[in-house]
Amino acid sequence: MTYRPTADHDELRAVVRELADERVAPRAAEIDATSEFPWDLKELLAKQDLLGIAFPARFGGTELDNISQAIVVEEIARADATTSLIVLVQKLGALPILLAGSEEQQARYLPRLASGEWIAAFGLTEAGAGSDVAGIRMRARRDGDDYLLSGSKRFITHGSIANIVTIIAATDPEAGGRKGLSAFIVEADSPGFSAPRLEHKMGIRGSPTAELHLDDVRVPVANRLGAEGEGFAVAMATLDRSRLSIAAQAVGIAQGALDFAVGYAAQREQFGERLADMQGIQFMLADMASGVEAARQLTYAAAAAVDANAPDLAYWTSSAKLIAGDMAMRVTTDAVQVLGGYGYVTEYPVERMMRDAKITQLYEGTQQIQRMIVARQVLRRAGVSRQSR
Amino acid sequence: MVCIKQVPATTAEKRYTADLRLDRAAAEAVINPLDEYAIEQALRLQESGAVESVGFLSMGPEQSAEALRRALAMGGDDATLVTDPLLVGADAWATARVLASALDKLAPDVSLMGMASDDARGSLIPGAVAAMRGLPLLSYGSELRIEGSSARVRRLTADGFDIVEAPLPVVASVTDQVGEPRYASLKGIMAAKRKPMETWDLADIGLSSDDLHGAALTRVVETRKPEAKPPTERVENVSADEAVTRIADWLAARKLI
Repeated sequence: MTYRPTADHDELRAVVRELADERVAPRAAEIDATSEFPWDLKELLAKQDLLGIAFPARFGGTELDNISQAIVVEEIARADATTSLIVLVQKLGALPILLAGSEEQQARYLPRLASGEWIAAFGLTEAGAGSDVAGIRMRARRDGDDYLLSGSKRFITHGSIANIVTIIAATDPEAGGRKGLSAFIVEADSPGFSAPRLEHKMGIRGSPTAELHLDDVRVPVANRLGAEGEGFAVAMATLDRSRLSIAAQAVGIAQGALDFAVGYAAQREQFGERLADMQGIQFMLADMASGVEAARQLTYAAAAAVDANAPDLAYWTSSAKLIAGDMAMRVTTDAVQVLGGYGYVTEYPVERMMRDAKITQLYEGTQQIQRMIVARQVLRRAGVSRQSR
Repeated sequence: MVCIKQVPATTAEKRYTADLRLDRAAAEAVINPLDEYAIEQALRLQESGAVESVGFLSMGPEQSAEALRRALAMGGDDATLVTDPLLVGADAWATARVLASALDKLAPDVSLMGMASDDARGSLIPGAVAAMRGLPLLSYGSELRIEGSSARVRRLTADGFDIVEAPLPVVASVTDQVGEPRYASLKGIMAAKRKPMETWDLADIGLSSDDLHGAALTRVVETRKPEAKPPTERVENVSADEAVTRIADWLAARKLI
């Protein structure tokens, strides 16, 4: 497996970094303070073709390989985690259509998502069904050529601003748990669809995380993704790939915190010398830098596995998200430590980065879920079969 | 045709060769930021239909192709690089001579340039190229327009602005007032890889080393860093009143208050 970044990757990184440094970073503190979705940056990302990176060229996308996509997310997250979500949730919301959509469904929805005209979201989680997807209560009842969807979703990133949400609902509750789930493309302007409440969050505060209510929302059969009963498989295939973006986001957040801590250590003087000349600080910076680099390389290896559609790609993306998320939490916490009291106040960006980093250990599967996925593959490779409890 | 120059990034550490030339290979290189405004102006003219096509021309070492490729990512149609080992150490006069010959061959309606380069800051090239080619010069435009068979710049002056017009073809330069240069889009970057880029040597534009007097009429005899500023004076460990008095005295001594 090869995953060394090429000259094209380097060029892409330089271009996105320039954009992020000049246009995203100056907005980050304000986005965090006001909890307002940065529509201006969404327009900018759309104009620069950065919302179409995961979409096929025939639907107007730029069809970047997964290392390139990781680089884009990483460089934007380095400036602002909230803004990086605009890129990565566009992919998350579209992945069910990319993976399971018919030609008609793809032709109908993907061009508007690739251009950034429309925003997509992914509706899996419910109040009572977080890590345990089998607990989904959202119901889809067949009614002629339509389904009627009823129920609630929670923690849906961009749920309140999305034009379409790919919703996982139970078409056959009798089948029990995951077997009775199906996936649907739901247009947010459908009667009965509402996003009545947003969460107040610790981090990624500019990114609206919504509760969704569906009250007999009429969805044509033509908007079902795959066959009835395939919803769980669609959702898992989506998350197996989308987790890569979270790993990249974590690497980006951590790199941003590291860069700031290094710059600070180079100019802050205490006891008559710069922090950067103190071995205790140097060791911290070294641990932070090597941690970021290790997570980045694992993320690119996972990206190569996704590009190759490797049978064990979930092992790679889960490992990358696990390592990168924990690393980001550690590195951002250490960045606050390097800044001391200044790290704890909003005058400097590292406390925001520390709050933003925490989400990478939680969403698209908690770190504990990642470990379950990794362990499953490790045991499978060793020929240890699964025993049900 | 927009003439651009690849220059070291302002943040890059600059090193000099033994004969006091900037070591261009050692520094991170970018499109001269002032040239980006010329690119932006040209692309706006193309978008409004005032010009049919936009090309880019650069003289420099082979790595200047990167700058041309970056310009093509912003837009435009094609690019030409004039590079030749004989051009090493070219001064402003030799550069103008080369660009003038290349532009004679390309024969665009408008030869557009930035108002200066970030590294040399001579601001000589637009005027020299116009003189060598015997064409009108419309310099320091805050806006360039093409109307029928003539070009027009709006040039800011101390007490307003001048409108200066000349029949095509012209040589023109624009300032940073034309509008913010665009970022290259992802599709632009991808499309740029497929746009034609020609590489010419001196023979291709009908020049020889003799024409250029060994590439330079001038010679740099010394480069020096600016004198270090005197160390910051600090007023510390005194009462507020005392500090105010001292700072006021310091400013008064320099006739700043």
